[in-house]
Amino acid sequence: MDMTHLDRLEAESIHIIREVLAEAENPVMLYSIGKDSSVMLRLAEKAFYPSPPPFPLMHVDTRWKFQAMYEVRDKIAEETGMDLIVHVNPEGVEKNINPFDHGSALHTDIMKTQGLKQALDKYGFDCAFGGARRDEEKSRAKERVFSFRNSSHRWDPKNQRPELWNLYNGRKSPGESVRVFPLSNWTELDVWQYIYREEIPIVPLYYAAERPVVERDGMLMMVDDDRLKLLPGEKVETKRVRFRTLGCYPLTGAIESDADNMQKILLELLEARTSERQGRAIDSDSDGSMEKKKQEGYF
Amino acid sequence: MNDVTTNIDKYLEEQSNLDLLRFITCGSVDDGKSTLIGRLLYEAQLIFEDQVAALTNESKRHGSQGGDIDFALLVDGLAAEREQGITIDVAYRFFATDHRKFIVADTPGHEQYTRNMATGASTADAAVILVDATAGALTQTRRHSFICSQLGIRHVALAVNKMDLVDFDKATYDKIVSDYLEFAKPLNFDEISPIPMSALKGDNVVERSEKTPWYTGPTLISYLETVDANQSLIDETFRMPIQWVNRPDRTFRGFAGTVVSGKIARGDEVRVLPSGEVASIQDIILYKDSLEEAVSDQAVTITLDREVDCSRGDVLVASMDPSEVADQFEVNIVWMDQEPGHHGRSYWLKTSTTRVNAILTDLKYKYNVNTMEHLAAPDLALNDIGVATLSVDKPIAFEPYDSNRSMGSFVLIDRYSNATVAAGMINFALRRAKNVHQQKLVVDKAARSVLNNHKSQVLWFTGLSGAGKSAIADALEQKLHARGIRTYILDGDNVRHGLNQDLGFSDNDRIENIRRIAEVAKLMIDAGLVVLTSFISPFRAERDMARQLVGEGEFVEIFVDTPLEEAERRDVKGLYAKARKGELPNFTGIDSPYEAPLNPEVHLHSGEDSIDVCVQQIIDTLDLGN
Repeated sequence: MDMTHLDRLEAESIHIIREVLAEAENPVMLYSIGKDSSVMLRLAEKAFYPSPPPFPLMHVDTRWKFQAMYEVRDKIAEETGMDLIVHVNPEGVEKNINPFDHGSALHTDIMKTQGLKQALDKYGFDCAFGGARRDEEKSRAKERVFSFRNSSHRWDPKNQRPELWNLYNGRKSPGESVRVFPLSNWTELDVWQYIYREEIPIVPLYYAAERPVVERDGMLMMVDDDRLKLLPGEKVETKRVRFRTLGCYPLTGAIESDADNMQKILLELLEARTSERQGRAIDSDSDGSMEKKKQEGYF
Repeated sequence: MNDVTTNIDKYLEEQSNLDLLRFITCGSVDDGKSTLIGRLLYEAQLIFEDQVAALTNESKRHGSQGGDIDFALLVDGLAAEREQGITIDVAYRFFATDHRKFIVADTPGHEQYTRNMATGASTADAAVILVDATAGALTQTRRHSFICSQLGIRHVALAVNKMDLVDFDKATYDKIVSDYLEFAKPLNFDEISPIPMSALKGDNVVERSEKTPWYTGPTLISYLETVDANQSLIDETFRMPIQWVNRPDRTFRGFAGTVVSGKIARGDEVRVLPSGEVASIQDIILYKDSLEEAVSDQAVTITLDREVDCSRGDVLVASMDPSEVADQFEVNIVWMDQEPGHHGRSYWLKTSTTRVNAILTDLKYKYNVNTMEHLAAPDLALNDIGVATLSVDKPIAFEPYDSNRSMGSFVLIDRYSNATVAAGMINFALRRAKNVHQQKLVVDKAARSVLNNHKSQVLWFTGLSGAGKSAIADALEQKLHARGIRTYILDGDNVRHGLNQDLGFSDNDRIENIRRIAEVAKLMIDAGLVVLTSFISPFRAERDMARQLVGEGEFVEIFVDTPLEEAERRDVKGLYAKARKGELPNFTGIDSPYEAPLNPEVHLHSGEDSIDVCVQQIIDTLDLGN
């Protein structure tokens, strides 16, 4: 039998996921409910079948995800039989940090970056799987599969460990932790092809449908609940839209699209001339902003 | 609708039949590696519009091309890289043409980042080695070529870049190419394809250049689309290192791993190495599917038809054609750490799914990367490439790297910093582990211990010169002797003047000194003695090596702790005074470090406590079984 490109990617990821089990004491899989997380979760199931993956899932919640994401999250956790840990930064809740009043940068820092650090420290996880891919962004393209963080969860991009062949050195000093990216060598197209091939359930927001949106700062923002207050001159329109990435709904732009099934999404992707992170407000803050966030502990 | 489905399915079918080429770009600083990749992505129309907009913005800010788009900014993703206009770490980029998918690793040219280049090269099938037409091949070009060759890359495109700066002059190009081919003769490349190019202007990258009518070979992209670099080991014999034993309940016991070569089918007989037990394949599982066979590169879970002792680190192999098992090897080594590699030092060695203790037993030579000459190797410094022998503390299954990358590659890991300090490739075994069965003697350590009426062990004193090690050891030996314990003291006087008279005080000699002392102590323990060693033994790594050699439980580390000021004030032998005058180079505490033990069995405070108190403290801790 011949292995296809997807078969090879799958095998490489399974190898990485199993290797973590040998190198880490207390691993956790970060689960963001997006398409990459869904693929990573399926790979973990494959790696350990018929056992369930021997680590918990963790969702660092910001309280601003799309409602449809919460529904999928709870259903998936039930189906896989894995423990699901949900962590929300309690300081953020107390101060009611939100993207509208505090802006995307502060909201992301407090609720995602600080929230993640708190959660990892709280449960003593020494290794966290993330679904990041090298084709997403320039600083990601530089990151190792096993990526080290010091005791304050900082990444030192100038001093990464050599990582040869598929020999991953997961040894670390007390206080240090590792982020592991099993999807490093996947592209966005690979992810979609795999979801299609494996019939992996994903959040319906990836498919085009008539949805209420407002246009704000050049971005189509979906009206997901009544916490969105219209500014003067804004009006809610119903448009046929879908999302290429999912995050906090006020920070995730929709694109107008007719792609209401997997085939059409793939077709749209093949014709695309706009890369996927454009929908995220976080990256356009400043040049090199992703690297800065990662150094501070953003996943 | 149906049209879309058919089209997509057809497209996916085509896509899944495309093979993947992983290649690296390497060469010296400023030869234009990042620019080349930017150009490739741009021409393959893989740079999306929003990225081009961001790029144009950045080019104005950091760019080195006036107003033009600076393609290097596209791959140099770290802030420090953009500021300095250099590449620090390897970047992986993805693109595809109608013929192939590509993962390209753009590697840094600076010597200090050579380890990052090796990282990229270790997974590459082919290399594009760039040479600046205005400069010719430089030391770094040669070093990278050599590393590519050592890591098993057999297909090379020699991209003579910046041809626009030499007016596309054929003579300049010919000279660079013939010089390089001469240099590369001893390297293990199957083929070298020279291409005259300008990454900046796009000549011979994707489009054939009108400015090089004298060149008839392929453009870079057509070379990459056609180079036959398939590394699949599907036709080799079956090997699968076990990663994890899957035991959800009592009825299921599966061995999870990736097949690294060959294939295996249900019913085939396999052998577990190193134990040698044999069993047959019952089932091959990939998620909910049960497979007829598994092939090279597939990650599966295998069940066997009978109970065998098999766990992580063991290797399943074809039963009639097993791998060699050995514990001593000759290896090629690329050193990647600031702290040099020393003969006699002990490291963690990770190969496929095994981690064992390893000692560099001999540094045979290192290479002058410009001339391939063999140089003496007192140690292996950062970026050195050399040949060494290495022994591990338990036999492992392996293949020579040349015939099987997965079974012949390893990394060395520092025990203290946990850094990956070296990459290595096994050439061959120095002896087969199965040939080293030691003669089993009837009178052994246990028998001698019964006769002596006490256990044997080593009391390893460590501390600064003048801390009182010898005085305490002497007083302790008198007490033990009086109690009928058979003892012996190893110290500078009886070792340095005889066994170790050929050793000086360099770091390497100090390491060898301690190794020999530990070996002698081990023999004496076997002879039934309580051995007292009294040496400064300043390095933690060597004391741990001695501990490993002797064995846990028979090694008592005694830290004779006196502050430097106190030891220097006493200065019984006048050594500190001489060292301060510079007459004794490498003197511990003055110009050579003392690494205090982290968890000594006995911690003496000889600055405050008397010798008698110290001796009593040791006796209270000792367990001699009498």
